[in-house]
Amino acid sequence: MFYLKLSFRNAFRHPLRAVLTITGVAVAILAFGLLRTLVGLWYLGVETSSSTRLVTRSSISLVFSLPVSYRERIRQIPGVKEVSMMNWFGGIYVSEKNFFPNFAVEPKTFLALYPEFIVDEGEKKSFLNDRRGAAAGSKLAAKHGWKVGDRIVLKGTIFPGEWDFVLRAIYRGAQRSTDESQFFFHWDYLNESLRKTVPRRADQVGIYMVGVDTPEKAPEVAQAIDATFRNSLAETMSETEKAFQLSFVAMTEAIMIAIKIVSYVVIVIIMVVAANTMAMTARERIAEYATMKALGFRWSHVAVTVFAESLLIALLGGTIGVLLTFPAANLLEKELSQFFPVFIISTETIYFQFAAAALVGIVASVFPVYRASTINIAEGLRRVG
Amino acid sequence: MPVPVYYSFRNLSVRRLTTALTASGMAMVVFVFAATLMLAEGLQKTLVETGSPDNVVVIRKGSQSEVQSGVERLQASIVESFPEVVMGDEGRPLFAKELVVLINLPKRGTKKPANVVIRGIGRASHGLRPQVKLVAGRMPRSGSSEIIAGKSIAERFEGGGIGEHLRFAMRDWTVVGVFDAGSTGFSSEIWGDVDQLMQSFRRPVYSSVIFKMRDTAAFETIKSRLESDPRMTVEAKLETRYYLDQSEAMAKFLRILGLSLTCIFSLGAVIGAMITMYAAVANRVVEIGTLRALGFHRASILLAFILEALFLGLIGGIAGLVPAAFLQFITISTMNWQSFAELAFSFSLSPGIIVKSLLFSLVMGISGGLLPAFRAARMDIVGALRSS
Amino acid sequence: MECSNSSAKGVEKSHVVELISVFKSYQRGSQIIPVLEDISFRIQEGDFLALMGPSGSGKSTLLNLIAGIDHADKGTILVNGVDISSLNESGLASWRSVNVGLIFQFYNLIPVLTAFENVELPLLLTGLSARRRKEQVETVLSLLNLSDRIDHFPSQLSGGQQQRVAIARAMVTDPAILVADEPTGDLDRTSAAEILSFMGRLVKEFGKTIIMVTHDPKAAENAHRIIHLEKGVLLNPGQQKI
Repeated sequence: MFYLKLSFRNAFRHPLRAVLTITGVAVAILAFGLLRTLVGLWYLGVETSSSTRLVTRSSISLVFSLPVSYRERIRQIPGVKEVSMMNWFGGIYVSEKNFFPNFAVEPKTFLALYPEFIVDEGEKKSFLNDRRGAAAGSKLAAKHGWKVGDRIVLKGTIFPGEWDFVLRAIYRGAQRSTDESQFFFHWDYLNESLRKTVPRRADQVGIYMVGVDTPEKAPEVAQAIDATFRNSLAETMSETEKAFQLSFVAMTEAIMIAIKIVSYVVIVIIMVVAANTMAMTARERIAEYATMKALGFRWSHVAVTVFAESLLIALLGGTIGVLLTFPAANLLEKELSQFFPVFIISTETIYFQFAAAALVGIVASVFPVYRASTINIAEGLRRVG
Repeated sequence: MPVPVYYSFRNLSVRRLTTALTASGMAMVVFVFAATLMLAEGLQKTLVETGSPDNVVVIRKGSQSEVQSGVERLQASIVESFPEVVMGDEGRPLFAKELVVLINLPKRGTKKPANVVIRGIGRASHGLRPQVKLVAGRMPRSGSSEIIAGKSIAERFEGGGIGEHLRFAMRDWTVVGVFDAGSTGFSSEIWGDVDQLMQSFRRPVYSSVIFKMRDTAAFETIKSRLESDPRMTVEAKLETRYYLDQSEAMAKFLRILGLSLTCIFSLGAVIGAMITMYAAVANRVVEIGTLRALGFHRASILLAFILEALFLGLIGGIAGLVPAAFLQFITISTMNWQSFAELAFSFSLSPGIIVKSLLFSLVMGISGGLLPAFRAARMDIVGALRSS
Repeated sequence: MECSNSSAKGVEKSHVVELISVFKSYQRGSQIIPVLEDISFRIQEGDFLALMGPSGSGKSTLLNLIAGIDHADKGTILVNGVDISSLNESGLASWRSVNVGLIFQFYNLIPVLTAFENVELPLLLTGLSARRRKEQVETVLSLLNLSDRIDHFPSQLSGGQQQRVAIARAMVTDPAILVADEPTGDLDRTSAAEILSFMGRLVKEFGKTIIMVTHDPKAAENAHRIIHLEKGVLLNPGQQKI
């Protein structure tokens, strides 16, 4: 108790210095938390993918499509429960700044395969029945002020022209991590228009989403699908949704690794700042430490006081940093909704933040603890005055 | 009468540990600052050098990139007949109809797949890109399954080296040459005969046409002619502009990320400098009183401490720049979100970045040192001398 | 107050401190500077000894050796029959906490602790209960007329008051010897006189042994005996004050 009291009073002996250090640690822990979350979000698609869904695409690359006739053939493969299809549409709403993912899907099977997109029964019915109907995530709808029944025009980049849709459904996510900023419409609508304008691009599917009975069967089914189309004009490549998402993420891995490294750099920077503060503090107090030792206190007593002081400052800063993370994340979720549909701080991140703060405190105290515990008493006392 | 400069500098060298710690905090911020600038610079350099200012790229209207684009054969021939197209040797126009597709190839070692651009080239393609130089082997013969690979493809992708084979579009392709296009985006491409590739990929249309203008001033004429022709669903872009647009999102992302990181980080370093300088002032109260008593003015004291902070910043700046300079040996490869293609670029240090980084470190030093310096200058002589 | 060390030795006054040919030198870079050379003397229980000498004569070093905060190079230092030159660092620390009370020129109070807490500091190293500690601290503080300053921080006290708190801290564990290094060096004449009279009372009323380093002849007048040191050599080991 006594040592804690001493540490506490020592910590706030130079209020300005204490406040500055705590602010620094708080900012660093905040930045660390946000960067970690950012990296985590990059992998969110991987995390939230289902293990009973497969993605089948052209083996050449995603840019190549598969014939629509594959759908029936995939459906007949044992273990396949449901098959849906999707084309990346890449449409622009008003301006490029408003980017959101938009896809042409086979709506009935799509909603069946993706139970995490929750749609009211009534809206679902009208979406399914309207060939020009579209469904949008609640966040996306809120951002642009869309209501059910609104007319939405997308400008095609891959499929030229102006495309007219009527918003029929607004979906919500089953989980907080479900992406609520996507836009779906009928694959048939796209296909029929293409048949009229560019017939050679009609009847093509970007990817097939395949639902399997059980996760254990997934690899087997994936192999069976690829075997079916081997040596055909359009060979396929099937993998679990997780692997599919991961291959996307892996391509931008370099940037994520850089961000990860940088998130540690911020901790190292603040470690250095805190270590400096503690070293200065220790130097100023050498005479006091010498006095305590002269009175008969052991080096461990002195060390504990110094250590506790350092830890106290770091954890105070850390706590403030963690507390600030939440409003900051809310703000970012609003500002960066285009890049990151959700911005959730995981419990793990909070633990990491506290651990980082503790580490800062511990490392910062190493030198002063060493100094305080090894001072020569006679030398230390001579420094007074 | 100013306090001698060596007073400020020697004070830093006296408290070596504190100076080293504070400066290394700043050094890390400068390192991050310089690194992001170098990355953006490297990306810029890659993309600007990829395009030539007198080349024009024609793609389908609104398609943003060659990969998404499609140019019908008829449209391509109409453009070919434009009078602005430069005639090369042998009386052929410097005009290429190209196919650009993405394929998935595994990287060497990790086997991780990445998207690679395959470019079907015409006779004039090479001539249109003087920056592309064959460094090994030979050009592919037209009508054959031969390809040449960019240097960074040859190094980093399985089967990309000379004499090796790549399998895609149900055919085996032999790498007969490796080309070096410097730091341009072409170094991350594979080139093959356009007709062979269109056949294998079953693509009836070209992706883009590229040609060289007689005169850069002619661009507006070409552009308006294309826009007014109802048969043409295409748009023309200067090649330089086209490649800049390609990386806009990436460049913006790097810029925003780098700036916000630097801002947050510099806050930490400035706080560190402030703590150090406040302590420096607090420990030298008697000294400051003595200097004032000796006849130095408040302004001189202020200057001495600001100078000390500036030195501190400069040390940090130099200590951050030196390791940053070594980043130039590192090449980053990542997927460009706009073209979905693999893009490799290096950190690039320019004199401008050196100046910016050093200025930045000085600004950090002074932001940390200003308030403490004022505190030192405001001290009253008698009180300062009396305190111990 | 507890009397653990001083009483049991019978009527004849014994020697509390005994130094037998003590040597001490410092290393400054590559140079070895002798500070104390062949010092031998004894201090009786209840003695008030002043160590005098010009600066650099080694008087503070000698004091530090007796107080057990520095090690002699050679020789024996017996305090209450214990050879402290044979103790290791942690042994010395425990020994100091019980046997020596330290008084410094600049008081060396811990600025973040109140007068009460500063005095309580050495007692934290004993097994005493909080209640007993409180009693003891309050007793000592009232003895030094500081009862109304109990919750003041050092910065709120005058120099004389701070030195009185330091004396209270030195005697709260009832040590065998009190060691004072220029206790009046930083005080005005009035406060100095006050401190010296307190120290005189400690010897007279409580039978304490005090060893005090000073260069002020006025302060030395309060001592029973004055020892002069010059260039590390004792000039008058046996001379008694009248």
